[in-house]
Amino acid sequence: MTPVTSPPQVHVPDPAKRKLAIFIVLACTLLVALGQYLIKLGANRLSHAGFLATMIGIFTIPQLFAGYCLYGLFTVMFIYALRHGELSILYPLIALGYVWVTITAVLAFHESMNPLKILGLLIIISGVAVLGWGGGSK
Amino acid sequence: MTTPVSSMALVLVGSVIGSLGAIFLKSGAHAVNRHWTSIAFNWRLAVGIGTYMASSVLFVKGMSNGELSVLFPLVSLGYVCTLAWSRLFFHEAITKVKLAGVGLILIGIAFLGLGSR
Repeated sequence: MTPVTSPPQVHVPDPAKRKLAIFIVLACTLLVALGQYLIKLGANRLSHAGFLATMIGIFTIPQLFAGYCLYGLFTVMFIYALRHGELSILYPLIALGYVWVTITAVLAFHESMNPLKILGLLIIISGVAVLGWGGGSK
Repeated sequence: MTTPVSSMALVLVGSVIGSLGAIFLKSGAHAVNRHWTSIAFNWRLAVGIGTYMASSVLFVKGMSNGELSVLFPLVSLGYVCTLAWSRLFFHEAITKVKLAGVGLILIGIAFLGLGSR
């Protein structure tokens, strides 16, 4: 016999799953950076397109389509991670995306790198590390 | 190059909306179970995804003109908001580790913005 009411959903933090959630979000930031790279590549082909042409372009330009698919995948994985981790830890971890985007911009789009940017990236990485280690080991 | 106030407002509103979207995503994520209807008819997830898309549109509009050294730190204010929302809605503690981590990220993003002048 099945119970009439479902058991109450108490959120019990599971340390292993908390770590998994942190790892998933960090990996997801790579997906977003790759997605943004593809969207940027695809968007170059629609610089003067209107709204309708842009909407059609999302489905007909392979780079744009792939880029938005990666965004979708990120969203699904982020939602899964949010089930098992603290929002106040996982959301700021997305800032690691700044690191990948800056590196991509330098390597692929030949933007300049300078000491201020490098310092910024190192400080962001240290902040993400503090959150990741501190948040996973509680 | 100066940064128009409208760009600052767009980015600021975008980052606050994005942090609010994350609340809906998390509460929606907890409502998911083995039934497909718990995803398909999950209004919290729908609101969360919608606000996320809205915030990215505002970011793109806001970032299209203005200095990144001004706009980047505004984006990162969303992380500070999230600390407050998480405590308010999910009773997550604001610990020294979280403040230190988010503080470092804010400083890092500010330097990155300065380097992008």
